[in-house]
Amino acid sequence: MEFQLGIGTRKGLFLARSEDRENWELSEPKFPMEAVRAVALTPGKVYAAAVNEHFGPTIATSADFGETWSEPDHAPVAFPADTETALEGIWQIVLAGNVVYAGVEPSALFRSEDGGETFELVRGLWDHEHRPHWTPGGGGQMIHTILPHPTDSQRITVAMSTGGVYRTEDGGKSWTASNRGISAGFLPDDEPEFGQCVHKVAMHPARPERFFLQNHGGVYRSDDDAKTWKSIAGGLPNDFGFAMVVHPTKPDTVYNFPLVADVLRFPPEGRCRVYRSEDAGETWTGLGNGLPDKGFYAGVLRDGMCVDARDGIYFGTRSGEVWAGPDGGDTWHQVAAHLPDVLCVRAQVV
Amino acid sequence: MVRVLLPAMLRPLAGGEGTLDIDAPTLDAVLDSIGAGFPALERRLRDETGALRRYVNFYVDGEECRRLDGAKTSLAEAKEVQIIPSVAGG
Repeated sequence: MEFQLGIGTRKGLFLARSEDRENWELSEPKFPMEAVRAVALTPGKVYAAAVNEHFGPTIATSADFGETWSEPDHAPVAFPADTETALEGIWQIVLAGNVVYAGVEPSALFRSEDGGETFELVRGLWDHEHRPHWTPGGGGQMIHTILPHPTDSQRITVAMSTGGVYRTEDGGKSWTASNRGISAGFLPDDEPEFGQCVHKVAMHPARPERFFLQNHGGVYRSDDDAKTWKSIAGGLPNDFGFAMVVHPTKPDTVYNFPLVADVLRFPPEGRCRVYRSEDAGETWTGLGNGLPDKGFYAGVLRDGMCVDARDGIYFGTRSGEVWAGPDGGDTWHQVAAHLPDVLCVRAQVV
Repeated sequence: MVRVLLPAMLRPLAGGEGTLDIDAPTLDAVLDSIGAGFPALERRLRDETGALRRYVNFYVDGEECRRLDGAKTSLAEAKEVQIIPSVAGG
């Protein structure tokens, strides 16, 4: 058994492998100097979305865990000519059966049925009447979360910043904003129909009607298929942050990395702590066994935290550290340090 | 005929060539020609709307095209288009 990590950073992709999740072999950077915001791992294929500041974005794939890479001659993700829009970046790659989804900047969803060689714009969302009112957050205006329903391919949930949560039940033809109860403290109307700056949404395949959400201020859960949201931030030290992850086998267990506030994006008290709830957000416990206990001022970005299928949780920081918690986060081991700022981390067991 | 000079990092996308000799009336037409032969190179020079990549400079006989007519710059009298990535990043 081998544990593998894809670590996307602002200046390249690093791949790591381990047999025990304590000792890791780290690769040289792939796509050096390119921002890798999205990675997807499968046992036979690695997908990496990279943006070269000079030469634009692309998606490349590797069948040998990063030894060699390939990409089509044509741009795999590109806006159709009639949209008069250019792709700025790719923020999410999600595989659902034979379909590969890409969430991109500016906010749009693309879909591929040929393994990521060519993607097609999901018109229903692009043509949504709300789209002219979606505005960029500090990181841009992008779809960063894609949650296909585990058994019904017609149902997909996406989240964007800003804009909020949108859902389709007809395979992408029509979309409905699903943000009731989510705060938008930066707007005159605190709970608008849409426009929220949702940072990340997580869902467990065994409970597809329940969602966990980290907002730009606020941590929420929906128990009614995203129709309404209620706060689960009460047990957290702060309600700001970016990452939100569900345990791979325990649907009630979720992880979060709180920061003090939007105006003070540091971990509380300068302590590196992952917070875990084992009761769907009703109560939270700080996990820090092995993590820096003081003087820690780095954040974790929205895709900087993930889980593997064997109770392992991982996170990477803007200070270029990557940590592994092989026992669900009870103890932590450093995977890497001194990397460029970590944009995303993905794990798999092979 | 204009000679297009490629930076080293893009040459693998042009079959390893450092120069391309192209007969085209404008810079846009040069890029169309590159796109026909080397699409993976062309998409690194222009986005899908046809706009020149912001941080790629195109010097037409030593003058950056944006000081001329941009992508529509005539190459009727030109001998050379040099493609150079601009200063960017951090």
